[in-house]
Amino acid sequence: MRADLARLAYRGRTASIGFAHGPFVRVDAAPSGQHASGTPEDEKRALRGALESAGRQIAFLANAAGGEAAQILEFQVALLDDDDFLDPVSAAIAAGVAADAAWSSALDDQIADYNSASDEYLQARSSDLADLRDRVLRTLRGGAAEALKIPGGAVVFAEDLPPSRFLEIDWSNGGGVALLRGSPTSHVALLARSRGIPMVVQLGAVAERAQAALLDGERATLELDPSAQQIDVFERRRDAHRKSRAAAHAILRRPAASWGGEKIKLLINIQRVDDLDHADAQYADGVGLMRTEFLLGEPTGLPDEEAQYLAYDAVLRWAGKRPVTIRTFDAGGDKPVPGFTEDGEANPFLGVRGLRLCLARPEIFAVQLRALARAATRRNLKVMFPMVTAPDELEAARKAFADVVGKLQAERVPAVLPELGIMVEVPAAALTIERFKAEFFSIGSNDLAQYVTACDRTNGALGKLSDPLQPAVLELIGRTVDYGRRAGISVSLCGEMAGDPRCIPALLSCGLRELSVNPSALAQVKQAIDRLSRGDARD
Amino acid sequence: MLETPKANGQDFTGSVRLIHAVGMHARPAVKLTKLAKKFKAHISIRAADAAEWINAKSVAKVMALRAARDSIIQIKASGEDAEAAVAALVDLVATDFPDNG
Repeated sequence: MRADLARLAYRGRTASIGFAHGPFVRVDAAPSGQHASGTPEDEKRALRGALESAGRQIAFLANAAGGEAAQILEFQVALLDDDDFLDPVSAAIAAGVAADAAWSSALDDQIADYNSASDEYLQARSSDLADLRDRVLRTLRGGAAEALKIPGGAVVFAEDLPPSRFLEIDWSNGGGVALLRGSPTSHVALLARSRGIPMVVQLGAVAERAQAALLDGERATLELDPSAQQIDVFERRRDAHRKSRAAAHAILRRPAASWGGEKIKLLINIQRVDDLDHADAQYADGVGLMRTEFLLGEPTGLPDEEAQYLAYDAVLRWAGKRPVTIRTFDAGGDKPVPGFTEDGEANPFLGVRGLRLCLARPEIFAVQLRALARAATRRNLKVMFPMVTAPDELEAARKAFADVVGKLQAERVPAVLPELGIMVEVPAAALTIERFKAEFFSIGSNDLAQYVTACDRTNGALGKLSDPLQPAVLELIGRTVDYGRRAGISVSLCGEMAGDPRCIPALLSCGLRELSVNPSALAQVKQAIDRLSRGDARD
Repeated sequence: MLETPKANGQDFTGSVRLIHAVGMHARPAVKLTKLAKKFKAHISIRAADAAEWINAKSVAKVMALRAARDSIIQIKASGEDAEAAVAALVDLVATDFPDNG
């Protein structure tokens, strides 16, 4: 019968990339058992004992794990040594409350407080507190030092997994973590990434029982009791992943790519800050395109200046001395945003989108420009505008930006006007590129190809017509690059072409020396350039 | 922004801008309380002229400040090593909680 059932497959969010195939093991975080309560004196003693024992356990785990894990557990150790934090618990016990009840209620209050925080980072800290709460409760309730018994290579499934429980599990034979809730920014996600253990979070609902599981950290899927065919597909994906990782490492660690004696800069495109966690991101020469539309997806409405500033600053800090190009909101077209984009346009791709929309909604644009102007004090920021058609638009955006910088400086807030550039994706701009007073150009080949060929690239029926290697597309790319060379203005390309090894020879022949690709494509692009360059070394 | 400790009656005070990217979160809070505990002085801090001063030796209280990046942290201390305590804490925040501290 089983073989005929629809297979159980779930999708969540990736917290750590990798693959695990093994027994499915459920871990319950909430400690069970009863604590037999006594007099307030007994209870005080019981709590003191439990706190000391928890402190020893955590210190042991921190010592064994070292590095990042030790730093993460330090917060829990500090809490155990915090009189202000423990005094209310002692007071409750003195008033007759049992030790376990007094402890849980103090911790539950704190956890609720952290969970209600608006910032994802603080919310994620609540699982550190739950970790501490449960460890002390287990000791109080007699489950003392019961370590988790997890078979090697298992896919561990839980509501959430606190960092100290993660560290108790022996990961030396691989395995993975599947969580109903959890967060990619949690401490445990950080630990999983640093150990290369795949982890998928926010699975929502999953069957309670299963024998075996496949966890695919790349696609963020969990499959339970898989069929032979599912296993086969999974193993092939895992194999491909391993091979590409191996090749990637060999290539990525080499110094900068070069072709025909010229250095080729390889940068990355990111959709959100978390994308920097990709293992290959560190090898990039910078961030060639940071999209900012993710900030518009919050349920709480349009993002405030501070939320934006923190996101931009996090990327600039990550990059250090390397350049980061942030693109202002590119909403509209296929990216509608309630409360921002225009409703009911007959043809949104040719409508009020990109910079056109930002100029039409100056109050929203100004908030983003303020956040960018503050972030620009790090000096490695460049800002570009999408969907620019005419030089007037660039000048209007520059003026709006300069006004914002002036206001901030009048408020004595440190702010700087960064280098400003444009996306070259509207044929009108590509054809008259010399009219734009930009400090850099970034060719958006996806839209450029769509607009030049009048082909929707997601429409498979158009076949070769929508190929970005069409001569008309290459002609516009070539003109833009030529003008950049003559005028001493840098030109890069950040569309999907840049990440497609098949297109690399054409792009290099057009004169491009700067490409920006998704982090996962970095290795294969570097490899493609490397091959061309070696095939090219005739003299 | 950095002030040297000032004597104000019995108290020494100082203030410093929090430049840490994520504000006063777990790691900075742990570092700050650890350093505060090295001094005998009674030390309190507050963020941006909040009404209440909190104990700088309590990691739970320091986290509960929710001090955001760029907020001004005020520090005051009284007791035998108060002056050195304020100077050390101001320096810790001003140098963005270095790892070797």
